[in-house]
Amino acid sequence: MSSIDLKHIAHLARLRFKEEELKVFESQVSNILSFVDQLKEVNVDGIEPTSHPLSLANVFREDSIQPSLNIDEFLKAAPKARGRFFEVPKIIEDKS
Amino acid sequence: MSLSKKTVSELSGLYQKNECTQKDVLAALSEAVKTKDADARKIHAYLNPASITPRHRKADQKSPLWGVPIAVKDNICVENEEITCASKILKGFISPYNATVVEKLLNAGAVIYGRTNMDEFAFGSSCETSCYGPTRNPRDPERVPGGSSGGSAASVADHTAIAALGSDTGGSIRQPAAFCGVVGIKPTYGRVSRYGLIAFASSLDQIGPITKDVRDSALMLSVIAGYDPKDSTCANVPAPDYTKVLGQSIKGMKIGIPKEYVETLENQDLREQIIDGAKKALERLGATVDIVSLPHTKYAANVYYIVAPSEASSNLARFDGVRFGFREKTSQSLLDMYERSRGEGFGAEAKRRIILGTYSLSSGYYDAYYLKAMKVRTKIKNDFDEAFKKFDVLMTPTAPSTAFKLGEKTTNPLEMYLSDIYTISANLAGVPAISIPGGISKKDGLPMGLQFLGKPFDEETLYKVSYAFEQATDFHKKLGNVK
Repeated sequence: MSSIDLKHIAHLARLRFKEEELKVFESQVSNILSFVDQLKEVNVDGIEPTSHPLSLANVFREDSIQPSLNIDEFLKAAPKARGRFFEVPKIIEDKS
Repeated sequence: MSLSKKTVSELSGLYQKNECTQKDVLAALSEAVKTKDADARKIHAYLNPASITPRHRKADQKSPLWGVPIAVKDNICVENEEITCASKILKGFISPYNATVVEKLLNAGAVIYGRTNMDEFAFGSSCETSCYGPTRNPRDPERVPGGSSGGSAASVADHTAIAALGSDTGGSIRQPAAFCGVVGIKPTYGRVSRYGLIAFASSLDQIGPITKDVRDSALMLSVIAGYDPKDSTCANVPAPDYTKVLGQSIKGMKIGIPKEYVETLENQDLREQIIDGAKKALERLGATVDIVSLPHTKYAANVYYIVAPSEASSNLARFDGVRFGFREKTSQSLLDMYERSRGEGFGAEAKRRIILGTYSLSSGYYDAYYLKAMKVRTKIKNDFDEAFKKFDVLMTPTAPSTAFKLGEKTTNPLEMYLSDIYTISANLAGVPAISIPGGISKKDGLPMGLQFLGKPFDEETLYKVSYAFEQATDFHKKLGNVK
């Protein structure tokens, strides 16, 4: 895993790293990846993947209205809220 | 003897005979927490020992959990209480609702008592990645209590809790239970509702009790197990009263020892006591013990460190500074806000796992990592299916060593990961597994965990064999002297 890769992955994961953090991570992550790479020796031809230990089919419930929590309760936890909305930094730039 | 040293069933007995009141118990526990949790040993099992607010509601006083205080790991929601997963990114977050397990305990009359420390987002095997600083092992404060449910296990071992809830994704209940010399069970995947548990890896996580003995574990699981429509992965399978099997004979029970576990076990003390010693003890009780092979179990850790971080990276995407938790306030753009909030809010291990997971799932690597791991997972699961055709339970050491020292593995994440090699496969296969005290190390006097793994939804056999072993060996009582 090259350093360019790690920066790219960090961006995909929306994580900002300090340069010194990046260096330590590089060797640790490549160490872990070479460990998991031992899986290459396992033959999995014709084997179905297991994403989940239970053989669950779709789980349905009655389509009926259930009580849910108050919006204000949830907005209390928001770092910034206005009215009934979460407030975030500007997304669309004003170029006019 | 302080009431804080009682087990759940002992307390229940005292209540039924009117020999103590809930007030007495809470006072004794509060005193124990005040004098012990932050003393010179710096155990630090609780996050905020000074501000514990016991919660209870009216319930049937005949219930075996009535009036019993239960400590809760910091990733299980309690209404109107701060929950942080021991992470800076969630500091200050107040849960608006109760987890289903908390509801069930409250309805059974239990007292929800205090939040226990953990590895950040349950990422760790030593309780050292907590943003609040580490918890220490009450059997030897120079050592870690194990993780990630280290605070829960330490509080029970130190008698600052009567019993506790933990969660287990790769061993996070069983390994700390082994290191602290208490009992911890990871129930079958789907046995206990996870509604209100902050998700780490959704195909692996389970909630379970950490207790002073096997009976308490059975009592607690009987209350928290069962179907919950709020968790669509919770199985609609009836949950029995697990205490009914306690005391039943294990004569004729077929127990398998996976040879792959024995071959890789370097610790001589563990080999003598957990493999040879436990085998003899179980044979004396009438069980037959034989070698079994789980040929793919040696890949369990490799699979786990792809599957678990992949699922974690997806689950942790919700912590973005928008709806809850920490937000970096000087960011001018949304992208900047996401990256800086997450970069500053998550600790090193959380970031490492998010990176690993994002990489395994990213375009070009998905087939080689995530898909491959899911296929090997099938093989690991098949091995268990085969083994359980011939055996009722399997037995192994819970961990490859006794509790290690603080700082011993923090600079080498891979080495830390390998302390879970014996517990991980149960999560991958979804089978139930319990750790009980199985011996006391001759070298350092520390507890050694004995793990039993069972068929899916057959916790009863686990309790039957664990109780028989416990009653015959009494290690849980011999370990009684906490430093």
